[in-house]
Amino acid sequence: MRKIEQLEMAGITKLFHGVPANKDINLSIRSGEILGLLGENGAGKTTLMNILYGLYQPDAGQVLINGKPVRISSPQESKMHGIGMVHQHFMLIESHSAMENICLGYDAAPLVFPKAKLKRQIIEFSRKFNFDVDLDKPIWQLSAGEQQRVEIIKALFNGADLLILDEPTSVLTPQEIKELFVILNKMKDEGHLIILISHKLDEIMELCDRVTVLQKGAIVGDAETKDVDKKILARMMIGRDVIFNIEREEIPSSDRVLSVDKVVVTSDKGIPVVSNISFDLYRNEIFGIAGVSGNGQKELVEAITGLRKIESGSIVLDDQEISNLSPRAIYDKGISHVPEERIKFGIAPGLFLYENAILKQHHLKKFASRLSLAYNTVKDHTRGLIESFQVHAPGISIPTKNLSGGNIQKLILGREIDDNPPVLVASHPTYGLDVGATEYLRKQLLKRRKEGGAVLLVSEDLEEIFELCDRVAVIFKGEFMGVLKADDPKLCDIGLMMAGSLRI
Amino acid sequence: MLRLKVSDRQEITTLHSFLTLVFSIVTGMLAISLIFLISGANPLYAFAKIFTGSFGSIYGIKETITKAIPLILIGAGLAVAYKAKFWNIGAEGQLLLGAIFGTWVGLNLGESLPFYIIVPLMFLAGFIGGGLLGAIPAILKIRYSVNEVISTLMLNYICAEFLTFLIVGPWKGKTKFGFPYTDDLPESAILGVISGTRIHYFTLILGILSVLFLGFLLFKTRFGYEVRVIGENPNAAKYAGISFFRTLLIVMIISGGMAGLAGVGEVAGIHHYLSYPASISSGYGFTAIIVAWLAKLNPIYVIISGLFFAGILVGGDAIQISLNLPAATVFVFNGTLLVFLIMGDYFLKHRVKLQWSRT
Repeated sequence: MRKIEQLEMAGITKLFHGVPANKDINLSIRSGEILGLLGENGAGKTTLMNILYGLYQPDAGQVLINGKPVRISSPQESKMHGIGMVHQHFMLIESHSAMENICLGYDAAPLVFPKAKLKRQIIEFSRKFNFDVDLDKPIWQLSAGEQQRVEIIKALFNGADLLILDEPTSVLTPQEIKELFVILNKMKDEGHLIILISHKLDEIMELCDRVTVLQKGAIVGDAETKDVDKKILARMMIGRDVIFNIEREEIPSSDRVLSVDKVVVTSDKGIPVVSNISFDLYRNEIFGIAGVSGNGQKELVEAITGLRKIESGSIVLDDQEISNLSPRAIYDKGISHVPEERIKFGIAPGLFLYENAILKQHHLKKFASRLSLAYNTVKDHTRGLIESFQVHAPGISIPTKNLSGGNIQKLILGREIDDNPPVLVASHPTYGLDVGATEYLRKQLLKRRKEGGAVLLVSEDLEEIFELCDRVAVIFKGEFMGVLKADDPKLCDIGLMMAGSLRI
Repeated sequence: MLRLKVSDRQEITTLHSFLTLVFSIVTGMLAISLIFLISGANPLYAFAKIFTGSFGSIYGIKETITKAIPLILIGAGLAVAYKAKFWNIGAEGQLLLGAIFGTWVGLNLGESLPFYIIVPLMFLAGFIGGGLLGAIPAILKIRYSVNEVISTLMLNYICAEFLTFLIVGPWKGKTKFGFPYTDDLPESAILGVISGTRIHYFTLILGILSVLFLGFLLFKTRFGYEVRVIGENPNAAKYAGISFFRTLLIVMIISGGMAGLAGVGEVAGIHHYLSYPASISSGYGFTAIIVAWLAKLNPIYVIISGLFFAGILVGGDAIQISLNLPAATVFVFNGTLLVFLIMGDYFLKHRVKLQWSRT
């Protein structure tokens, strides 16, 4: 029995300290429909969905299911009404098996020996949607795509008719994205309601029946996808035209700055995750490492920036061996680093903006005398940084966590490249950022390249790789499957290389 | 159905936190009034007694300052450790080991040295004693991932038993008629007091100076910056090339060392000899945990919160005597007030709403 045939959000307004995150939002979705929710970061998409999921209460307006107003004041109640959500960052218990995660919170489980019965039910259930997951494997052994499928099964198994997916493709390979779309279309045919939060126009166009565009908390557009194209949607989303292809000048790359030779790195568990990787990096070049995350790129970056010891091989910067030096020594020698997961690694969230603007540099003479930090110099430096890197912040004496992701990333990038380091290592620099911030950051990387810097770019975003890189290496299980020039026609097989089935 | 809705507060103003503090103390007092009523005492009279016993009389002020000395020293040291998110709850043991080290110096070198040499030496020894004990959990944590809450807590008991062993065994005083005390410290090793009080001013001055120094260290120096980054986000600290080993080791040497200084102050300023652990410290190492939190982990504010809690300790003693209440009343009093302070902190950080919902 379907609990939701039609769901409507009417006049939803949500204020945070008097600032509206959602202003008088009306949207509706019915059975068998996929609705796209499009908008830049901070446009209010996630707030709106969190209201539906019971995490927030609206200050005005109401949710109607099948025409009747309902009150959803907790995720439990939302589940009861048949609403499920797959968050961008998965909410799974790493050390438990897929099956245990799926059953978490499942009310109809038998009291004793639940496992056998539930397993049968889940297998039957997964077959219906062609889910392919090893139920007995612990979560940490599953790929991002498999983890996402576990999340989806979990929601459906708990009786969700309406499924909200928050940026579901951001962690998937092209192949996995295709599989996800097949599953979602199948669910649609079964009569499920799906809301897809995204800022990727291609996805919206391909998958959704209708799209609602949010900008600064308000609806600015609502259309059937067949009536619009990418350009129109992009304009609705950010209120101006976006250049989809950033101009990349042809610059001949010059001297070699960094040489990585037969490097072997092991994971925290002692398993080799980077095996015998060698490459050179030149001035005036952006060298891309493409691949699905978890194939050794994180460890390779950590090895180059000094966060992880290498087992064998060598890393040479300007004729100097730098492998296994401390992160500080490597930074001082000229390798900057924009880390992945900016909030987890790149900043101390509770400290002020100006304190984060000198992270990694607080030991430098220009900021510190013998013992004390020259806070006035630091503050001047910060003002300069936020000015030249377009960081939008109400002031420099506010906790850095109050900034949006895009502004935090601009601050980090500015901090790392302000001194013109010969080498910049950037890991997923635009992950989860909106179109405007992404465009800005990519232009900055190209500017570094033009100015003579060498950039090592690790990204899962193929569009980004193609747009920016001079050469591309594809990594799979700790090995390069090939290193190709950006204009090499063989690059169209990059999907196969990322999946490990082609080596060039 | 009536239900609670809890959400994080995004912004907290100074006025708001001050009013919350006042409100917590007032409501705490109301709850304590109830306890007084049950035990048959007039709450108004009791509070008047507490006030005159702590801040409202000359005698009270003298005693309050005396008890604030160890609380300020230890609280400031704990604030530094907690700022790095290193949960040192071993200040009691660090105080005792500091007292032991200081007493050893006093007893063995005190006869032959003038006070201006022996007193600094004793404090130095106390700092080393407390600091060494603080260093152990830091090394265990960084090298072997041993949880510091367990290791610091357990070291308290080891130190207390070690002190007991010393006073009933090898260090038992020849002049103490068989009591488990060490001999008195020699004259030159005993700290002067402000006349008519028990305020050992040398320790008080040392405390205020070290509080100012720690405030400077934490908020104005490179080292303090590193401590705060580690506390805020260890991942970012690693990324920024900050050495955990060096930083946390120094943090814990300072934290333990400050408790060690307090231990020397208690022996050389008040007791003049070592005796049972409970009489040397009366739980200062634990009370100081609350002192540090109430000061929002700012060493400068520790002066105020230290005085406040010292006042409660002294005021509690006063009502015990004048109202003939059982000794445990003080603990009930402290505990209740603490619960309300913690609750206040919760309401400060979260917005809690009551709302009706139909189900």
